[in-house]
Amino acid sequence: MTMKLAELVELLDAEIVVGHEKRDLSFEFCTASDLMSDILRGPTSGSILITGLNNTQVIRASVIANVAAIVLVRKKRPNEDLVERAKEHEIPLIRTPFTMFTACGKLFEVGLRGIDELL
Amino acid sequence: MPLLERRFTIKANDFVKAGEVSIEVQGILKKIGFDPTLVRRVSICAYEAEMNVVMHGGDGEMMLHVEPEEIDLVCSDQGGGIEDIELALLPGYSTARPEHQEMGFGAGMGLPNIKKNASSLDVYSRKGEGTRLIMKFEVGDEH
Repeated sequence: MTMKLAELVELLDAEIVVGHEKRDLSFEFCTASDLMSDILRGPTSGSILITGLNNTQVIRASVIANVAAIVLVRKKRPNEDLVERAKEHEIPLIRTPFTMFTACGKLFEVGLRGIDELL
Repeated sequence: MPLLERRFTIKANDFVKAGEVSIEVQGILKKIGFDPTLVRRVSICAYEAEMNVVMHGGDGEMMLHVEPEEIDLVCSDQGGGIEDIELALLPGYSTARPEHQEMGFGAGMGLPNIKKNASSLDVYSRKGEGTRLIMKFEVGDEH
């Protein structure tokens, strides 16, 4: 199953902070973590990262690992530097009011899967 | 003759700039046209090594050496060094501080992840004398 960023935004009642022009971006896999090592170790290339990490390093680690887009959970307002870095690296940044568990559940429910299938 | 040789400096505790060196390395390798999987492996190792310097290493530097058949990264710092290298290479062993953990670091996977992604890794370090990592990547190896 593949999903477009625009569909994810609707499903997660989310707001696009950076990357309005990438609404048509499609992806197949998701990963959720608050640990940099999970972003850097798994086959996260091309996947959506769901995270509560609200710092600049989450953008850099995502760029390094080729993560396709970042979803920030629990209504977190990304700090200014994070927004600037997301723009600089053209990586979509989205915020959802849901908790990590609920956001993941909603995406799983419609058929998206974790990177486990790539391991 | 190498295709390219570059030297970058890394500053201790500079979390605003931390990671920029690795992103630059990634950009250089992408531009040369190496296989994306190889570029990702090298970039991940560069980032893990760079963050180690920022968090533990004091000031340091990263050397990138590119040849058609091999990419080398050498990351050295003037930090406190590693007391027990074998222990540091074990997954889950970490000396990260709480403020690093708050940022999502410190799971103890840095050196193990470099070992996993590089064709070879050599660690030279002594307590109080800094650390030097030599990471080699053979172009076209099966990883």
